[in-house]
Amino acid sequence: MSAVLFFLAAIGVISGAVGVVVLRNPFFSVLALVAHLVSLAVLFLLLRAEFVAAVQVVVYAGAVMVLYVFVVAYVGGEGDSIGERLRGANGSLSTGGSVGSGLRLGGAIVGGALLVELLIALLGTGLEATSGYGAGYVPGPKTYGTPAYIGQLLLTRFLLVFELASFLLLIAAVGGVVLARRRGGIGEADEHETFAPLDVLRPLGTGTTAEGVGTRVGAGAGVGRQLP
Amino acid sequence: MSIAWYLAVSAIVFSLGALGVMTRRNPLVVLLCLELMLNGGNLALIAFSRMWGNGDGQILAIVVMTVAACEVCIGLGMIVAIYRRQLPIDVDELRELQG
Repeated sequence: MSAVLFFLAAIGVISGAVGVVVLRNPFFSVLALVAHLVSLAVLFLLLRAEFVAAVQVVVYAGAVMVLYVFVVAYVGGEGDSIGERLRGANGSLSTGGSVGSGLRLGGAIVGGALLVELLIALLGTGLEATSGYGAGYVPGPKTYGTPAYIGQLLLTRFLLVFELASFLLLIAAVGGVVLARRRGGIGEADEHETFAPLDVLRPLGTGTTAEGVGTRVGAGAGVGRQLP
Repeated sequence: MSIAWYLAVSAIVFSLGALGVMTRRNPLVVLLCLELMLNGGNLALIAFSRMWGNGDGQILAIVVMTVAACEVCIGLGMIVAIYRRQLPIDVDELRELQG
């Protein structure tokens, strides 16, 4: 049963990852990543990490992916496929098609070499324990992987890490707001569009320098204002 | 299943993410592939945590998720800012820092 579940989840994980890399439309890439994350949560459950699996589904597949969907819907961006890049079919680039395709092919070769190297490093270690099923596991309310266990670790042994992570989140939130707001960030400063609430109540043309100079007397018909 | 199977899956996911980072040119998809690489690392961390019967790896995986959320926040903010300046959404065209 566990083996069947493992293979189903592993197929979901790997096909989701392949979908992220090869799909042409960024929106479909995001959806493939959601499928990948949910399958990965199943793998976490099989590894007895209940709390991390729940966080994975709620925070990652829920919140972060919604953010991605918003930005993809806002920005869009032209789709490109990996096959097209490998063929160098995009001639409009200033880099030149042949150089770009050579670099992409190099990227594919480096990725394959990385996979081989990682597999050798992880599976050829000679560690006896990697071929085992893990340490003993006794189900219980405060056993390994439950929220109580994780919370106890976070608030005792890893308290500094916990606080640093919360501080990092604060900095990132402020930085994201500064980067993405309408003025400032890396955008050039556009003209100041001020909006004063009192302008709504005031008749058009009054209370400004134009009225004092007399160049603008009543913009609307019949609202002309005769100064004594 | 033995721990080695999970490690193999994590290596495959990490390599696919690295391949996507190197070959895709839409910065949104590059960020998604970075998420793939982080998830490959997370899976290895949790597999090793299971191997030792120790919760430290799970704590580290949660911290990795936090860092990934920060990276998403900053990265998407930069993409929105790039879009507002009407620059091309393409990592090959954004080469002002190349010198």
